Amino acid sequence: MHALRGADFVLHAGEVHALLGENGAGKTTLMHVAYGLARPDAGGIERAGRPVTIGSPAAARRLGIGMVHQHFTSVPAFTVAENVALATGGRAPAVPAPGDPVLAALWEGLDPEAVVERLPVGLRQRLEVVKALAAKTEILLLDEPSAVLTPQEITGLMSAIRDFAARGGAAVLITHKLSEALAVADRVTVLRHGTAVRSGPVGAETRETLATAMLGEAPAAEPPARPRTPGEERVRLTGVTVAPLEGRGPGLRGADLSIRAGEIVGVAAVEGNGHRELMLGAAGLLPPAAGTVAVRGRVALVPEDRTTEGLIPGLSLTENVVLGRGTDAPWIRGAWLDWGAARGATAAMLPAFAIAAPGPDEPAATLSGGNQQKLLLARALAEHPEVLVAENPTRGLDIRATAAIRARLRDAAADGVAVLLYSSDLDEVLALADRVVVVTGGELRPMPPGATRDRVGSAMLGVAESGR
Amino acid sequence: MIAGVRFPLRVVGLAVAAGLAVLAAGLWALGYDPVTAFGAMARGAFGSWHGFASTTLVRAVPLIILGFGFALAFRGGALNIGMEGQFLAGAIAATWVGLLLAGWPGVVAVPAVWLAGLLAGALWVVIPVILKVRFGVLEVITTLLLNFVAESLVSYMVTGPLQEAKRVYPQSDLIGAAARLPLLPGTRLHLGFLLAVLLCVAGYVVFTRTLWGFRLKAVGQGPRAAWLSGRIASGTLLGGALLLSGAIAGLGGAVEIGGVTYALFQNLSPGYGFTAIAVALLGRGHPLGIILTGILFGALQAGAGAMQREAGIPAVAVAVVQAVVIVVVLLADAAARRRQAATVYPDPAPGEA
Repeated sequence: MHALRGADFVLHAGEVHALLGENGAGKTTLMHVAYGLARPDAGGIERAGRPVTIGSPAAARRLGIGMVHQHFTSVPAFTVAENVALATGGRAPAVPAPGDPVLAALWEGLDPEAVVERLPVGLRQRLEVVKALAAKTEILLLDEPSAVLTPQEITGLMSAIRDFAARGGAAVLITHKLSEALAVADRVTVLRHGTAVRSGPVGAETRETLATAMLGEAPAAEPPARPRTPGEERVRLTGVTVAPLEGRGPGLRGADLSIRAGEIVGVAAVEGNGHRELMLGAAGLLPPAAGTVAVRGRVALVPEDRTTEGLIPGLSLTENVVLGRGTDAPWIRGAWLDWGAARGATAAMLPAFAIAAPGPDEPAATLSGGNQQKLLLARALAEHPEVLVAENPTRGLDIRATAAIRARLRDAAADGVAVLLYSSDLDEVLALADRVVVVTGGELRPMPPGATRDRVGSAMLGVAESGR
Repeated sequence: MIAGVRFPLRVVGLAVAAGLAVLAAGLWALGYDPVTAFGAMARGAFGSWHGFASTTLVRAVPLIILGFGFALAFRGGALNIGMEGQFLAGAIAATWVGLLLAGWPGVVAVPAVWLAGLLAGALWVVIPVILKVRFGVLEVITTLLLNFVAESLVSYMVTGPLQEAKRVYPQSDLIGAAARLPLLPGTRLHLGFLLAVLLCVAGYVVFTRTLWGFRLKAVGQGPRAAWLSGRIASGTLLGGALLLSGAIAGLGGAVEIGGVTYALFQNLSPGYGFTAIAVALLGRGHPLGIILTGILFGALQAGAGAMQREAGIPAVAVAVVQAVVIVVVLLADAAARRRQAATVYPDPAPGEA
């Protein structure tokens, strides 16, 4: 099986080129080919009209190609300067380079002596871009650089990318967000099943044309959400203080929150500001150091990271369902486990939640991300919880899987579940939530009804309310 | 496969064959006759029922018991490298109780000796458990270091409080006849073999059919998911598993005293606590597999003795076989992991969702 099948891609100097496609369409693989991390079985690469072989990232960097990966690649215990030196083989000065306004703008607020693990997520992401640009880079490859940023930070990053292109650089931007591609890019290429199915200037495109090209068919309209009527209070947090998880960040301080049956409360926060402590505190997994968490009914959790927190990849689907369903499941008989009953329940979950899996005995690792996430949600809802706490339930999923998960969350709320939802994608929070709260610097701030995207974004960055 | 314990018979067979081949090549290169050597080994290990039962199986008993003890903690992700020390602690306590209960009937003395071994073994792992659960100190280090303390304690005991009445040799008196384990008539095979087998069978049931066994596995394979999705307090669970593992190792010491030596002396264990790790790894942590690999290693040691007597080849030569076996099994593991990674991650199939 090939991740790419005869894909063509042309990048011009001075352009920002958006690369779109569903999960598994081959976007990252295509960029890995250009960066020397993957070797094509057929086809070749030309740089400025001359055929080249790019056998390693070092070779790519010699050709002026830099890459910002989907996940952070800095050494957390090193300083900013040390990480820049590491990324450039010590060739670049590990301090702001004079004469390059793009780099100078990126360096702003970045202390060369700061230890990376203590930096907020926005600055860590900026460091990734600095590292990619530091060694006389002419071609910049960015793999979903905005996934963890707030609207304001995204605006800053995008203008840096535009400046880079305006000065003759060429940038590739892999993104899931069609609006981002339309706003920033000059040209766009869409990959589907490893083939470039559409490529051209962005001016001719709309959200619909791009989505259709990605899916191979017009996207299904979202079903109208069933009406939700908030009922009795299910969760009440009163003055809850939670110590920082793993000793990092501010933790949660003095949070008050009420969640009622049948409503979705959305949590917006920049990574590392205490939202995790709020979610896990509400789920009863982190005991409050002060204050009280009062919950009526059972709480089910869909944790942040599906492969290390939600599932154990090496265990079968059945075992993973047993793991998450707790001790009141029908297959628990005192100290004994009735595997037959558990297996049957798991097998029934697969079609009910449209989970594409060969069977309940397969290891969870063999499922795609979207199906893993559906399994997590199926498992959480199987115990008919009164409260559902969901962290980033659609992270990294494609359009269809995302739509399926969102529909399940809406349905759960319509069925009377009290839902607490965190998403690092602010648009998702705004799309799903009846009410939004922001966690910043360890403090919980409720947003007024109808708060705009910018307003929430400012609150996430801790900007004072009074200024607006 | 719900239990998630699989015993790869083919890999084990291949590993043993490779080990014997390397040993044969080494012997040949050094001018020995491999045929003679292997003949002696085979006769020593399997040559007669009496030899098989009295040497191979008797050697296998501590390896099976300790191998299971290691597998139990390992299932939860803890490495109990201190079984040698726990074995000796169990042996000390068993000797003491065995001497004390000299005049008592066997139905009392034998269980009392076993209980003493269990408690002493568990006691020997209490400090590592507290350090691990409370402060996150690696049990690999703490359990290993306590081995040396246990060895010194044995030396002290056999020259001090537990030294024989004659005060000549650094060893204890023989424990009372009632505290000794019954033997299979006509052999030196003692009741401890049955105990070892039953222990492994019980372990298999616990691993595959109980909630505790499943939770232990979950903590071993994904501690973070066990906490966040399973709401399992992994520290408590692992602490319990380590205590049990230590208790089982202590029981191994008590069985060795009650079934084989009847007395405590220095160098009581020829490294059972370490060989048992190899036994457990080769058996892939599968309790029933450990019975098999325990007997296999018992046979190797029995055969080594015969080889030394009959062919003049030092018994330690079989360490080569043990080493090659471990390397081959680890290589097979790595290859399997790579195969699995290759089949899993070209994600996702078109048409997902």
